[in-house]
Amino acid sequence: MPKNVKIRRGADIQLDGAAERIKGDIAFPSSFAIKPTDFHGLTPKMVLKEGAEVKAGQEIFHDKYNERVKFTSPVSGEIAEIVRGAKRRILEVRIVPDQEQKFEAFDVSDVSSAEKVKQLLMSAGFWPMIKQRPYDVIANPESKPKSIFVSTFDTAPLAADYDFILHGDKDAFQKGLDALGKLTDGKVHLNSRPNASTDTVFAAASGVEKNTVSGPHPAGNTGIQIHHIDPINKGELVWTVNAQSVAMIGRFLMTGKPDFSKTIALAGSEVEKPRYVSTIIGASMKALTEGQISTGDNRIISGNVLTGDHAGAEGYLGFYHDVVSVIPEGKEPQFLGWLAPNFHKFSLSRAYFSWMMPGKKFRLNTNQNGEDRAYVMSGQYESVLPMDIYPVHLIKAIMTNDIEKMETLGIYEVAPEDLALCEYACTSKTPVQEILRGGLDLAQKELG
Amino acid sequence: MKFLQDLMFNKIRPNFEKGGKFEKYYPAYEAMETFAFTPPHATHTGAHIRDAIDLKRTMFFVVIALIPSLLFGMWNTGHQYYLSIGEFTGLADGLVDKLIFGAIRVLPLVVVSYVVGLGIEFGIAVLKNHSVNEGYLVSGMLIPLVLPSELPLWMAAVATAFAVVIGKEVFGGTGMNILNPALTARAFLFFAYPTKMSGNMVWIPQETGMATVDGYTGETLLSQAYNSAAGSNFGDIAYNAAGQPFGSLADTMWASFWGWIPGSIGETSVFAILLGAAFLLYTGIGSWRIMLSFLVGGLSMSMLFNAWGANAFMAVDPVQQLLMGGFMFGMVFMATDPVSAAQTSTGKWIYGFFAGFLGIMIRVFNPAYPEGIMMGILFMNVMAPLIDHYVVQANINRRMKRATVATA
Repeated sequence: MPKNVKIRRGADIQLDGAAERIKGDIAFPSSFAIKPTDFHGLTPKMVLKEGAEVKAGQEIFHDKYNERVKFTSPVSGEIAEIVRGAKRRILEVRIVPDQEQKFEAFDVSDVSSAEKVKQLLMSAGFWPMIKQRPYDVIANPESKPKSIFVSTFDTAPLAADYDFILHGDKDAFQKGLDALGKLTDGKVHLNSRPNASTDTVFAAASGVEKNTVSGPHPAGNTGIQIHHIDPINKGELVWTVNAQSVAMIGRFLMTGKPDFSKTIALAGSEVEKPRYVSTIIGASMKALTEGQISTGDNRIISGNVLTGDHAGAEGYLGFYHDVVSVIPEGKEPQFLGWLAPNFHKFSLSRAYFSWMMPGKKFRLNTNQNGEDRAYVMSGQYESVLPMDIYPVHLIKAIMTNDIEKMETLGIYEVAPEDLALCEYACTSKTPVQEILRGGLDLAQKELG
Repeated sequence: MKFLQDLMFNKIRPNFEKGGKFEKYYPAYEAMETFAFTPPHATHTGAHIRDAIDLKRTMFFVVIALIPSLLFGMWNTGHQYYLSIGEFTGLADGLVDKLIFGAIRVLPLVVVSYVVGLGIEFGIAVLKNHSVNEGYLVSGMLIPLVLPSELPLWMAAVATAFAVVIGKEVFGGTGMNILNPALTARAFLFFAYPTKMSGNMVWIPQETGMATVDGYTGETLLSQAYNSAAGSNFGDIAYNAAGQPFGSLADTMWASFWGWIPGSIGETSVFAILLGAAFLLYTGIGSWRIMLSFLVGGLSMSMLFNAWGANAFMAVDPVQQLLMGGFMFGMVFMATDPVSAAQTSTGKWIYGFFAGFLGIMIRVFNPAYPEGIMMGILFMNVMAPLIDHYVVQANINRRMKRATVATA
């Protein structure tokens, strides 16, 4: 039975600079990178060396503990540099692209069984698009999930609109859903807004369970949707795939061509013309933002402002990201700032005036707006987390490394992105996502 | 502002940073600097944007909410004094004289509370090298407001020190304490120096050799209700500190609502307290769940007593019962302390209800002293973690049950 979920708790942060629904062009980037750090918990094992020639879809490294999960080049070209950090950890594999793109060829004539679909996705580098709950990591191909969740909308601030991005990609999207359907004995849940128009690519999808989810952010997060539609209990697995990734998987399975191009939103108050652009996974931020953003001290974020990575102008588009957000840095002290009326600041509390200006779009900066403190206020996390979970108690259980408590308080059901709004709202400025990630790592290590 | 910042902080900052002359005192320096200028910290992990709210603003807003009670308390201290000597007996008479008289009595208590409390907080922050928490901004104002104006300053200092050290810092500072620090201070005085905290002589300023008007008692309404003969109707016989009867229950309520009656400095005026409550509820800083359930709890107990009616105190009209003493102040400013209250929404309902319920129960049953709100709240402070434990346990049980159903 499809479910209609109504989310009441949560919040939409109104930021200036949402992408307009037009597709613009940008120059083909002169540099790409695939970053092992995009895949949490991965230990990469390099296959190619600096200077090697690669084709799009050719393996660059694989998971040290599961050779079948391969990470491939998004473009053809030459491996220019392997950037390493502390303890020689690999941070980026940079690729200088060829003028003419060459693609590895895959035989996609037979995708009748789960094993064949898995094999194809893993060897072409599409498998990491499938993530697993609990723990929010790449799905283990040896396992079988009880269901697969695809959210057709993203409610995060300045998020990309999949309805717009995937317009006209009906066949590829359907092909992707069909392939996912083979990977589970359960259902593939496709969750949309209740008021979505009926001629969209999502409404036309078949062979899936179509649920509706209404309400403010984080209603678009698969974690919230799973919690209300098919909650995860101990020992159960649910897989999640981003809507655009479904279409990319479908396109690959239709053509056999490992094409990693995608449409992303270029958004944020510092982007001169916020809009959508076509690019390829791993594109350099330089190509995406140069000449497009205001001068000044900006933060270029791969992903949305709540969960994205601080990429910087020299960084690269993350594997999972559909939006590049550019907002001003906030490193200016303010005289008696805690006392001033601050009409330009946004707050979920009513201690500022933003709640009286419902239509206003805010130009928020990266200032932390306060110092780190012990927990004092209560009820703030609960009011933005639409789950039957006590987030503060969960975070405290993680802080004290109490695995049994974490388990019983529902750590299986949450990913850092689900609690990102809690982190935003926190008066005591607790690094919720970092703590939760630490807890997930510990739980995975101890409980498997 | 750049000039001000250069002058005040940028020049001397190196002395307090690592390797500087006063490196040890960095927490104290930091507290001063962040008070004047919001820190330029940009987010470095997790969400790139953060809500504008911080603890400084939160705490300061509670202080704002306390200002009506403080101002009224100053006026009332003066008013009660002049009433007792038979001058300016009209409410509107001698406004300035009363305010000045009250300020001379009240402000020293406020100063002592802040100096002693913040001094200890800064000292411990320097000693343990952590930043100074803003929590004491509120406690420092709450402590004088729950004291009688006649309390010697040294006692206020000792109580403040006790509350900050034993009530808060031994647990790890603001956010870790179990009891409400301001009530801890009051409870300390109540048990250590009972003669200065109860009776008829502490509520109204006394000057040596002053001549009081005929009939002067200095009695609070609670004490009158406690002492009134069985069968008598408290509402009709209540009188003010100068011994003049209010006349009727409605007039007694009227005086209690506005607050021109003897009592602790900040607790008498329900009107001033409700102004603060409105501000706290409007800004969302005070918990409406706790305030509402506290009110319901207190009202239920008063009505139960009414139905029972074994003595005159029990028979006091429920509304009058809530208007007297520290009930309203406790409801708005004490029970709602987010650290010592229950933290879960369900827990807040239970916590608030029983704090109000027990407060009135102790007030009426207490054989030594006709007030119990402080005890009710402190008792529920202790119980709050237990309440939360069971609320969270219920959540855990729901999850376990779901898991068993799914696997069965």
